Amino acid sequence: MSQAQTDKAQKPRSIFARLASGMRRSATPAGKIHDFHGGIHPPEMKHLSNGTPIMAGPLPQQLVLPLNMHIGAPAKPLVAPGDKVLKGQMIAEPVGAVSAAIHAPTSGTVSAIGPRPIQHPSGMDAVCIVIDTDGEDQWIEHQGVTDFTEKSPAELVDIIRHAGIAGMGGAGFPTSIKVNLGDHQRVEQLIINAVECEPYITADDRLMRERAEQIVTGIHILQYLLNPRRTLIGIEDNKPEAISAIKRACKGCDIEVRVVPTKYPSGGEKQLIQLLTGKEVASGQLPAQVGVVCQNVGTAYAIKRAVCDGEPLISRVTTLTGDGVSQPGNYEVLLGTPVRDLLAYGNLAGLEIGRLVMGGPMMGFTLHNPAVPVVKTTNCIIAASPEELPEPPPEQPCIRCGSCAEVCPANLLPQQLYWHAKNDDLEKAQHHNLMDCIECGACAYVCPSHIPLVQYYRYAKAEVRQQAADQLKADKARQRFEARQARIEHEQAEKEARRQARLEANRKKKETGPAAASSVDVAALKQASLDASKAYKAAVKAAKAAEADGADNVAELKAQAESLKAVADQAKAAVRDAKDGSPVAAAPAEDTVAKLKKQVGEASSAYKAAVKAAKAAEAEGADNVAELKAQADTLKAAADALKAELRDAKANAPAASAPTTQVDPVAELKKQVGEASSAYKAAVKAAKQADENGDDNAAELRAEADRLKAIADQLKAELRDAKASAPATAAPVTAPATAKTDPVTALKQQVGEASMAYKAAVKAAKQADEEGADNVAELRAEADRLKAIADQLKADLRDAKAAAPTVPAPTPTPAAAPPAATDRPAVTEEQAPQSLTEVDPEQAAKRQKRLKGLKTAYNMAHKQYKEAHAAFERAERNETASADELSAMQGKIDKLKAKADNARDALDALIEEAKADIRAHTGKDLKTLKLEAARAESALADKQQELEQQRSSASEDTLEALSSELQALESETQIARKALKQALEEQGLAE
Amino acid sequence: MSGVLIAVAALLALAAVFGAVLGFASEKFKVEGDPIVDQIDSLLPQTQCGQCGHPGCRPYAEAIAEGEEHNRCPPGGQDTVVALSELLGREELTLDDEGAEDANVAKVAYIREDECIGCTKCIQACPVDAIVGAAKLMHTVIVDECTGCDLCVEPCPVDCIDMLEVKPTLQTWGWQRPAGIGERPDSRIEVVNL
Repeated sequence: MSQAQTDKAQKPRSIFARLASGMRRSATPAGKIHDFHGGIHPPEMKHLSNGTPIMAGPLPQQLVLPLNMHIGAPAKPLVAPGDKVLKGQMIAEPVGAVSAAIHAPTSGTVSAIGPRPIQHPSGMDAVCIVIDTDGEDQWIEHQGVTDFTEKSPAELVDIIRHAGIAGMGGAGFPTSIKVNLGDHQRVEQLIINAVECEPYITADDRLMRERAEQIVTGIHILQYLLNPRRTLIGIEDNKPEAISAIKRACKGCDIEVRVVPTKYPSGGEKQLIQLLTGKEVASGQLPAQVGVVCQNVGTAYAIKRAVCDGEPLISRVTTLTGDGVSQPGNYEVLLGTPVRDLLAYGNLAGLEIGRLVMGGPMMGFTLHNPAVPVVKTTNCIIAASPEELPEPPPEQPCIRCGSCAEVCPANLLPQQLYWHAKNDDLEKAQHHNLMDCIECGACAYVCPSHIPLVQYYRYAKAEVRQQAADQLKADKARQRFEARQARIEHEQAEKEARRQARLEANRKKKETGPAAASSVDVAALKQASLDASKAYKAAVKAAKAAEADGADNVAELKAQAESLKAVADQAKAAVRDAKDGSPVAAAPAEDTVAKLKKQVGEASSAYKAAVKAAKAAEAEGADNVAELKAQADTLKAAADALKAELRDAKANAPAASAPTTQVDPVAELKKQVGEASSAYKAAVKAAKQADENGDDNAAELRAEADRLKAIADQLKAELRDAKASAPATAAPVTAPATAKTDPVTALKQQVGEASMAYKAAVKAAKQADEEGADNVAELRAEADRLKAIADQLKADLRDAKAAAPTVPAPTPTPAAAPPAATDRPAVTEEQAPQSLTEVDPEQAAKRQKRLKGLKTAYNMAHKQYKEAHAAFERAERNETASADELSAMQGKIDKLKAKADNARDALDALIEEAKADIRAHTGKDLKTLKLEAARAESALADKQQELEQQRSSASEDTLEALSSELQALESETQIARKALKQALEEQGLAE
Repeated sequence: MSGVLIAVAALLALAAVFGAVLGFASEKFKVEGDPIVDQIDSLLPQTQCGQCGHPGCRPYAEAIAEGEEHNRCPPGGQDTVVALSELLGREELTLDDEGAEDANVAKVAYIREDECIGCTKCIQACPVDAIVGAAKLMHTVIVDECTGCDLCVEPCPVDCIDMLEVKPTLQTWGWQRPAGIGERPDSRIEVVNL
């Protein structure tokens, strides 16, 4: 009481006085020994082993070196089984910062690297390097540092790290980290722990007695590394010989030897710091944070050996003691020596061993397997007789005596901790600072109920750590789950956006549907212009024949031909106009301008020739005036019709963007039929007249008439089809309504028409032959051409039939699905392909990519569906799945099928789109393009033949006309070929 | 009489003022979302296993907040049920695990890699993206990320996924709880070898 009052009275002093008092205290040379709370005084039992000097340990046949003898990451082996190793050779290197190297304790051969029982209370195995010793104990070349002060601290730290030194007191924390604190950390006190407070253990005691000089050298190295203000050695007062030895060795240097009273656990790091400095290391703090570094005396010795002698940590002094050992004492044991071998070495009498403990009796653990090796932290092996360390008595209920709280060196409430640990109330246990328990065992030692308190605390600590780990893992799992959800949502949103974009695009396309309809108009116009040019060509041919025969109506025929040409040109112009007007053809309009100019030139020259011919005929006073007039009338009607069409097209084209101006294709067709039949009638009339006049070209004219009739018939058939599918056209179709008719039927029809035309041509040729007409060869060539066309169509039909069963398959052959096979009939007359526009290559490439992607998607979906189906069937067959599972599988299959169907539909749509584009670009579908190309080619060949024939006989004018025709045909053929190639390239993608 | 009127008027004025303040506060300091959901979610074990019938722990937390029973989490065990009961002030229910496997045994998925055909189905099923692999290529489980929810086992077409018990390592091993009153402490230390 009076003391406290004095303290209080002294408190309100000036800051200078306080500083002076602090200085005085720190200057006290003897040093005050403080006290810590609690502590116990168990029987020391040190006399068993401290009487004899340190003896050399055995050299066992096998050494077992665990890769984690220390705290931190296990070392990484540098050797493989079968390798020869020398004493002191590094056999495992440290991994990461907190780790230590391992060296071969003697020479020998690595026999295995694998799991062996190790020094762990769990009794678990861990990976060890096993060395079969060779008995030679041959050192690897090694050299120490003569003067460590010449080395930099970093170099010394490196030596310590690579010597594999870890705390020798019991924890095994890698020393290289503890001596490498960095410049910012000011070390006030370096404390050398030589307390050795646990009963039985005398390893440090003997080490200090015998090797004090070396220990002090080690301490000097530590001083050099840490540069502390003071260095203290704490030794318990029950080791007087060690104290005097160390004091002798320290004479003349700045190391203070502090003798502390014997009390367990003075050797605990925090307790020793409190004893020597009075500083308390707060909960969760490290000693370094209060400016103190603690090193075990054995560690100091190991550092001296490593630095000055170049010997890594390969052995340690271990106390072998207990009543079960006949020769208790301290042995310098090679690391990795199995406890079994050590016992055999020290227990010559073969005494009975009741319990084998590694470490001291307070903090050590019972070994379940004597094969466990001695490691860097093994300071003691107690082989106790059964009487010496009996089985602990059974646990009794806590009587709340409070003894445990009295002895706790960490100032905890062990009883509260016990209750909370027992009830798994970890949160409350942590509130009572469970984690600050040093597991010294003092509480359990004094417990009258024999409660294994430390085990409760260890259990609770393990649970707390486990929960923290689980929480960490759960947080990680939640993060990953949320990230995944976010990703999936994002993907879905993207997909939805893409879908919306597609829908939008489709809607736009639908809105521009009338443009497609106007392209149908363009196609109709083209047909008309084709017809006109056909008629023109036939007329030219007739005129030539007449000229060859020397008939008198040559001029007239020529004029007719010219006028027909004019009509044809006009039709062409109309087609072009229509195309220019339609938005689809807007892009390639530039290209058509050049062509247009060329054709205009051609048309005007043809017109001039026609005027010239007409004048010549008038001058000759030819007699077929009536016929000419009739022809003129027909031509005029045709021209008018074309003009009307042109007007319509022009009117339609600007309004094309409005969805309501869709032109009825039926009406269009009707008009065409009317034109065709009128043309046919005119031709028949001309033929009759020629017959009456006895003209030689009557047969030819008749053939012409037949051809026209065929055209008319075809148009009629088309009209029928169109009428049949008219309700369908009411719907907003992007492709012509007739696309919906079966392509095979359409092809059949075409084949029938073609063969009919061929037969008619053969018939005409025969007739001409009988009459001895000159143009038999020409007619035959025509027939051949028609046959070729018919054959091609037949081949197509075959293809289509073959492909027909797989029509719903994702990749229909082009023959199987020409969507508009019937909307442009295969005309049986040669056709001059119209000016074609270029297909945008970029678009084609894009489409190619999309087609590929879609195909892969479909294939994958289809495969998955097949697999799912197979799995389902398998499950059903084997009855391995329950009804619920089966239905779930069925659901999955349905989903997959829907997916596959969707992919296929998309693919089909794309193919259709490609075809529609071909149509939009060329005004024809693929089949027409093919036919046109074939026809153009044969027409070109014919014309060339004709030119060769007439080169010698015909007049210059004729030749000129022919060569110009030939040129036109050539260019047309080229265009047709090009168009076909482009179209095929696009179409080919689908194949 | 006027005194009574004054008192009534004063009270009415006070009521109006406080009403306005409260109304303003409830708008100004409005809590977005449901804070109880976060609390429930933090108690759930985050295995994302879906055994409760919800696609993950958070959706289940939301369902509990809306009144669903809180005993449908087998991985969390009875402890979670108790904790949820305390949090929500609801009746303590027994765990509804419907023959679910012992939740206390930590498990982890393991793909027998020789048998894996690379179908990616398990990858799609994994709620925490703990399976790596690509189509037609072998898959494998990232053991550290696996929560042991076993959602990947069912979709595997070749049944090459096993749920293996997580064996303790030296790092994860912990002391057992002493058997209790009347027992000798050392008799319970089991030797487990890897």
